[in-house]
Amino acid sequence: MLQVDSVTVAFDGKKALDAASLDVADGEIVTVLGPSGSGKTTLLRVIAGLQVPDAGSVLLDGIDLADVPPHRRGVGLVFQDHALFPHRDVFGNVAFGLRMRGDSPDAIESRTAELLALVGLAGLEERSVGTLSGGEQQRVALARALAPEPRILLLDEPLGSLDRRLRDRLLDDLERLFDELGVTAVYVTHDQTEAFTLGDRVAVMRDGHVVQVATPDDLWAHPLDEDVARFLGLANVADEKIVRPEAVRVRPATGDGQGVVERVVRVGPVVRLRVRLDDGRTLEAAVAAIAHPHAGDRVDVEIDPEGIVRFR
Amino acid sequence: MDGHRGSLSSRAWRLVTLGVPLAFLALFFLYPVAAIVERGLRGAGDAPLDVLTDPLTREIVWFTVWQALASTVLTIAVALPAAYVLGRFRFRGRSVVSALVVIPFVLPTVVVGLAFLAILPDGVERGWAPILIAHAFFNVAVVVRIVGTFWASLDPRLNEAAATLGASPLARLREVTAPLLAPALASAAAIVFLFSFTSFGVVLILGGPRYATIEAEIYNQAVRLFDLRAAAVLSLVQLTCVVGAVWVAMRLERRLTPTGQLRTEAETLRAPRTTRDKLVVGTSLGGLALFLGLPLAVLVERSLAVGDGYGLDAYKTLGRPTSVLLAAPWEAVANSIVYAAAATLIAVVVGGLAAFAAAGGRNGHATRSGPGSGPRTWLAGTRLVDSLILLPLGVSAVMLGLGLLIAFDTPPLDFRAAPWLVPVAQALIAIPFVVRILVPTLRSIDPHQREAATLLGASPGRVRREIDLPIVSRGIAVAAGFAFAISLGEFGATVFLARPDRPTLPVAIFRFLGRPGEINVAQAYALAVVLMAVTVAAVLLVERVRVRRGGWF
Amino acid sequence: MIRLYALAGISLALAGCAGSDETPTEVVLVTHDSFAISDEVKQAFEDESGLTLRILKAGDAGEIVTRALLTAGNPEGDVLFGVDDNLLARALEGDVFEAYESPELESVDPELVLDPEHRATPIDRGDVCLNVDKAWFAERGIDPPDDLGDLVLAKHRGQLVVENPATSTPGLAFMLATIAQFGDGWQEYWRKLRANDVLVVDGWEDAYYARFSGAAGSKGRRPIVVSYASSPPAEVIFRDPRPAEAPTGVVEESCFRQIELAGVLRGAKNEDGARELIDFMLSKRFQEDIPLQMFVFPARRDATLPPEFEQFAVVPQSPLELPPEEIEENRERWVDEWTDIVVR
Repeated sequence: MLQVDSVTVAFDGKKALDAASLDVADGEIVTVLGPSGSGKTTLLRVIAGLQVPDAGSVLLDGIDLADVPPHRRGVGLVFQDHALFPHRDVFGNVAFGLRMRGDSPDAIESRTAELLALVGLAGLEERSVGTLSGGEQQRVALARALAPEPRILLLDEPLGSLDRRLRDRLLDDLERLFDELGVTAVYVTHDQTEAFTLGDRVAVMRDGHVVQVATPDDLWAHPLDEDVARFLGLANVADEKIVRPEAVRVRPATGDGQGVVERVVRVGPVVRLRVRLDDGRTLEAAVAAIAHPHAGDRVDVEIDPEGIVRFR
Repeated sequence: MDGHRGSLSSRAWRLVTLGVPLAFLALFFLYPVAAIVERGLRGAGDAPLDVLTDPLTREIVWFTVWQALASTVLTIAVALPAAYVLGRFRFRGRSVVSALVVIPFVLPTVVVGLAFLAILPDGVERGWAPILIAHAFFNVAVVVRIVGTFWASLDPRLNEAAATLGASPLARLREVTAPLLAPALASAAAIVFLFSFTSFGVVLILGGPRYATIEAEIYNQAVRLFDLRAAAVLSLVQLTCVVGAVWVAMRLERRLTPTGQLRTEAETLRAPRTTRDKLVVGTSLGGLALFLGLPLAVLVERSLAVGDGYGLDAYKTLGRPTSVLLAAPWEAVANSIVYAAAATLIAVVVGGLAAFAAAGGRNGHATRSGPGSGPRTWLAGTRLVDSLILLPLGVSAVMLGLGLLIAFDTPPLDFRAAPWLVPVAQALIAIPFVVRILVPTLRSIDPHQREAATLLGASPGRVRREIDLPIVSRGIAVAAGFAFAISLGEFGATVFLARPDRPTLPVAIFRFLGRPGEINVAQAYALAVVLMAVTVAAVLLVERVRVRRGGWF
Repeated sequence: MIRLYALAGISLALAGCAGSDETPTEVVLVTHDSFAISDEVKQAFEDESGLTLRILKAGDAGEIVTRALLTAGNPEGDVLFGVDDNLLARALEGDVFEAYESPELESVDPELVLDPEHRATPIDRGDVCLNVDKAWFAERGIDPPDDLGDLVLAKHRGQLVVENPATSTPGLAFMLATIAQFGDGWQEYWRKLRANDVLVVDGWEDAYYARFSGAAGSKGRRPIVVSYASSPPAEVIFRDPRPAEAPTGVVEESCFRQIELAGVLRGAKNEDGARELIDFMLSKRFQEDIPLQMFVFPARRDATLPPEFEQFAVVPQSPLELPPEEIEENRERWVDEWTDIVVR
């Protein structure tokens, strides 16, 4: 339903967006992944109508939005640092879009209550936004954006300023919410976990351009190039190919061994080992086992050919 | 405000921020005004009632009130487009524009009056309409700078959020911008109202004999007729109206909530990109330039008039000592600057302290530990300071001047002829500006930043220095600019203070205008142009202070 | 920048301290903003008397008298200069002066000595007269008015601009002139003036520079204005190049006498110095300095006038006048009546 077609935006001669294109289907969640400065926020602003592109077009349900001002687009936006209205309480914030729509006071009241319950903040209508915690503020921002039933919801790194636990919890909530509501959304982030968790498809941006769009599995399996691979956190990238960490088998050395374990990091259920081979190269291995080699151990390394990926 | 209840340094700080401004006001304002009113009412009998029941008095009061209200509305209407431009856009020459609007503010009314008379067509040049226009002319600076600066610190994303929620531009203005701007707008409006309320020269020159304000009548009674009783009664009436206006303004402000996070100009301002943007900037600034520039252009033109043609003669003679002034007119420039520097220093210090007091006392949203911190007397004290501080703007300049004369005539308080009394009297007018500009800014400082600093080991004083001060440095610069301009323009009671014969620019201009002769007139205009130039230079310089110190936004 | 401010503040404080005195080494003159004295003359006084002359200026004549009244007995200075005959009675009533008969008074026209008790001493006279724009009248072939009575004639309709007596000293003087001339008929006179389209403005600057056609650079269209007898020479002196003839003239029959007086303030810190200063102000030296400094005429009969004054000024021989006590008693009522007749 959303078609971003070759949009370019330049500031003082520098291109923030360089012929960026993106398609989003009805009910789909597309996450946009990219480092800072890759143009993700600008892309969102262009879709919302807050930034006029120098070239290219944005179509929503087939209609060119070029002449449609932001307040008529039916596009919702959740900002990175919530941008809640400080001069209104929680109710006032969430109800804002409904008031603009012209809903009756009763309708406004019930919908606001509904949304607050949805984001887990039932009963907080009269709180002043300044007294809320960071997580609560983001939820209010989300409720506010969802209230007027936007056709498409845009989220700009909404979890960026939260701590890890809160982020994980909110991520869960968002996933559930999007599922329940059947929301169409574009979710921008620099965090791979967020992107992969939420996205039906993931778009990778670099230097103002969308370089690859694929399902999380697809992306993980076949990144476009070294750069994307590195950004995805894939290690063992060299010579036009990647060796997946889970394809690197590490066993205690029988005999001299081929290398030594340099570093061991447990990340949840997986243990990541960095092995320095005798010929100088390093390899990352991922072991999903309770027992594993330790730093300083000499090991043998074997690579499963299934785990070697060539770039697209 | 900092949660360190009861700590010694916190208590000392409270004492200082509250005590110094109160003491200053009490000594240099309340005491003299009380003295002169008492003197006037002495042995009054029922004479005061005469003045109150005189229908003429009622006419005068009515006229004074409605013309002040109308002037305020007109000023805001004229100034808002420019305030908008300054509040949203970044463009070359922005600070120059902000400094230029201050020019009318400092010009002596007699000079401006003559300029207006030269421009306005016959038949229109007198009456209440020119009075309102002239008030707008003088006071545009107040609204443009106070509101514009504050606007520039508002988070533009709030407007954007509103847009995505379906708010049309008009709705955004109504729902987001206006409420957030309201504190600054209220401050500016209060000040403009008070200035227009006590306006004197403008009404006389442009109103003609049929219009009189309370201030003009007080002057008439006190000086021309030496009826101090009537003057005292009228100034009490004036004071009542002023207190009423200030009370209303305070109530309005109290209902307007603080504005949350402020942004730096780097974050909020954008360069005009679209044609529409450029059109808006162009017409707003262009319109204001026309409105302000026309009379000023007349002044410049008159200063260059020599015989039947034009030349720089008037300026050349300014370098030589003339009979009108005891010293070369350039010395008047120096005198003006010295007084202005002193007045600005006093105003920023006393006003700054008062601002901290006023902002801290009601910082309800600052911490989650409840509204305001500190004992009840502290809160009451801050509220007192907040209201008192505006009063000097609305009190009769004549009465204050005479009050300062009789209040300080015996030792140990016998400094009625002291030259430093002049900057003190000027500071009385400037302090309200400092406070009104700084308070909204102080109240809006993100408390999290303060808390972060505290947790990192900063004492309350340090927090103020490291967190508050840099954020308000912009406000301080604007306020200092105003203070400087106010001093240069010799507002309020300073006109009625005795000075040693070291004339300042406005006084020198008066003297030149006080006698016939083409050369005298031209020199008066030339000095007015010099005053304009000095003002712009001074204001720009003061604002640069902030930028050069790096690290501060 | 902070240092600059501090320096300014300190120097200002120090300057302020210079005022405190134990033995009088200075004499303080309290006067209005229009007071002027040339450097040499000021220096001459200081050399002769051994005293520093400190000048305090505070507004116009009305304001300084008000200040003197408020501080009677504990004055701001030693000598007050700038009381005019309109304000004299008020000042005397308020007992602000200490009597002193200067020996120099011998050389002063006795008519000018308004106070037989010598509490105030006449220093100069600056008569208020109608000024006319000669060129304007010449161009139209009309004769300028000869006296006050002419102003109500049809041929002078719409030509006169006057200042409001409530707000302006020359305006007040002109109103008093009409009262002196027409006695009880003055109200009728003003009704006729109003019918003859007289323009009333608030102050002299407005009247002269904006309404009077004879002022250089003025876009005014009225050729008759209430100003001073000394305005014509000023128009010559302060025009470049100097015209051969004065462009404006004075209607001598319309002049109202205005005398400016000085007096020793009661309770002055330096009474002897004050007396010396008054003597000096009556001396030839000072008196001859007056015309070009303050644009009024010296009180001293034998003072030589500067050539411009000789040539272009008219010293009114028998100006209209009213006794100061009568002025003080009736002024408020007269101004009210005037306002009713002319303004409302």
